[in-house]
Amino acid sequence: MTPTGRDLKGGYAGRFWWPLVGLLLILSPPFLLTEFYLDLLGVMLIRGLLALSFNLLYGFGGRLSFGHGAFLGTGAYVISILLTRTETPFPLAFLAAIVGSTLVAAFVGYFCVRFLSFYFSIMTLAFSQLLFLLVDKWYAVTGGDDGIQRIFPPDPLSGITAQYYYVLIVSSAAALALWWVVRSPYGSVLRAIRDNRRRAEFIGIDVGRYEWAAFVISGAFAGVAGALLAPLNQSVSPHLLHWTKSAEPVFMSALGGPYFFWGPLLGAAIFSILESTIPDLLFEAWPLVLGTILVSVVLFFPEGVAEILWKSKDPDRGEREP
Amino acid sequence: MDDLSTLLVSQFLSGLTRAMVYFLIASGLSLVFGAMNVLNFAHGAFYMLGAFFCYSALQWLPVTAVSFFAAVVGAALALALLGGLIESTLLRRTYALGHVPQILMTYGLALILADLVRLIWGGRFYSIGPPAYLAGVTSAGPLSLPTYHVFLILFGFFVYGTLWWLLYRTELGRVIRASVYSREMVSALGIDQPRLFTVVFMIGIFLAGIAGGLSAPLTAIGSGMDISILIESFAIVIIGGVGNVTGTLLASLIVGEVFAFAILLPQPIPQMAQGFLFIFMIAILVVRPYGLRGSMLRL
Repeated sequence: MTPTGRDLKGGYAGRFWWPLVGLLLILSPPFLLTEFYLDLLGVMLIRGLLALSFNLLYGFGGRLSFGHGAFLGTGAYVISILLTRTETPFPLAFLAAIVGSTLVAAFVGYFCVRFLSFYFSIMTLAFSQLLFLLVDKWYAVTGGDDGIQRIFPPDPLSGITAQYYYVLIVSSAAALALWWVVRSPYGSVLRAIRDNRRRAEFIGIDVGRYEWAAFVISGAFAGVAGALLAPLNQSVSPHLLHWTKSAEPVFMSALGGPYFFWGPLLGAAIFSILESTIPDLLFEAWPLVLGTILVSVVLFFPEGVAEILWKSKDPDRGEREP
Repeated sequence: MDDLSTLLVSQFLSGLTRAMVYFLIASGLSLVFGAMNVLNFAHGAFYMLGAFFCYSALQWLPVTAVSFFAAVVGAALALALLGGLIESTLLRRTYALGHVPQILMTYGLALILADLVRLIWGGRFYSIGPPAYLAGVTSAGPLSLPTYHVFLILFGFFVYGTLWWLLYRTELGRVIRASVYSREMVSALGIDQPRLFTVVFMIGIFLAGIAGGLSAPLTAIGSGMDISILIESFAIVIIGGVGNVTGTLLASLIVGEVFAFAILLPQPIPQMAQGFLFIFMIAILVVRPYGLRGSMLRL
């Protein structure tokens, strides 16, 4: 089955003016919105990237990680420490952040991918809490629970308008790279493993290595999201690595639609809009709304909002085994 | 007895108290995880609700010798009913969907319950004391321990004994243990599985409620008390062996004592104590995935 992209191809490519409208829409915010909303939009894009990276494991790998915040946090902390404590040039710090989260993901993934279902979730949860504790307590390097403030991007990228375009370009490039991964033969193998692990093993696929690779790629792109987030917020805190933070991409993917490539992006947009409106409307009852949505998603539309939007346009969705 | 050994023994006893609270929470979680194969992310929220229900019940009940225990048991029973309702209306519908929707469902429930606590009781902290006759200090030679801690330690072993009896000496226990090994076989033998699951879930939630009520005099009752206890209990369940009550007790004792003695060591070791718990759990999963006392059959 190919739940991804096709909808976009079939629905959009035929009408050439759609990309133009889209381009105008994503380029215009700095001229239309206040700084506050521009910042919010930037955070939304980064969340979208985080959710897309998480969904490589979740929607396409069938693995529910409860520790994705660890890689987001690693990326954010590496770039923050390098920018505030050393004279590292910005591009190098950015690369180091990606390398850092890739290495952490490689280490954590090596232990985690051999576990299935609940045990995988618990292992990722445990590793992410370990990293959280390390960051939260290691004052000398990470600033402990104070976090790190005053992370300023260098000149051409400073200012909210420049930050918006920078985040837009990098996260779009990263999202397209992820899309390419999912559409590649490697992505097909990953889906084959998700749909029937044993069958994939029987036809000679080294399941463990493929899943490890998915874990590493997923963690690396979460690191990109972290490296974008820290300069945009100009601060980081250990909270980024806490497991309750790791639940956010889970929510975005489940809500948006884990079996559609762009579903998590949709989920991230809905999540961000709700997050900035619900607390004012409903006595700060944000977790209550989140929980209710999560329960309703499981019961009533298990394939997310994307299912409602795009289902009819996807001709070749096969049966999925649980 | 010299100062050092007094210190060590009193740390040991305080670790024992902590272990018993862990045991009460983790045994319910382990039972549900083992027999129903449901990893209940809402377990910590039920524990928290146990403490809050107990607090509110004590505001209503007249102060008598039994009001504290009436509040604890009443809160736990009310929670067990709520748990039964949730299991039979919401959770049951996820069993056929697989593990991932199940986790999403219980996590969603945890968010809802925790936020309801915040909305109903506010972000404040509350405290309740143990009943007057347990409020004192019990001394033996140079050692002294709050009487309530002595009670908790004894009560923990009592619950262990009761659970062991339930699991190994009753018909229900036989069915539950069989269910830990093979749910398919149990239902093939004509056991009413939906009802069994409801009963097991209610027992698990009842234990969480008792744990919440009984630990209320030990800590400040506040929203947020569900978060860290939840993952610590996950670790204890895994270390002990899923669905195994003796293993859960062992793991609770080890973890409780490790936390108690870590405090004596220089910083940053006490701060990282939770980290050692996770390292221990990861190590157990890597070398002995069925836990200290679990069975190979289970995996």
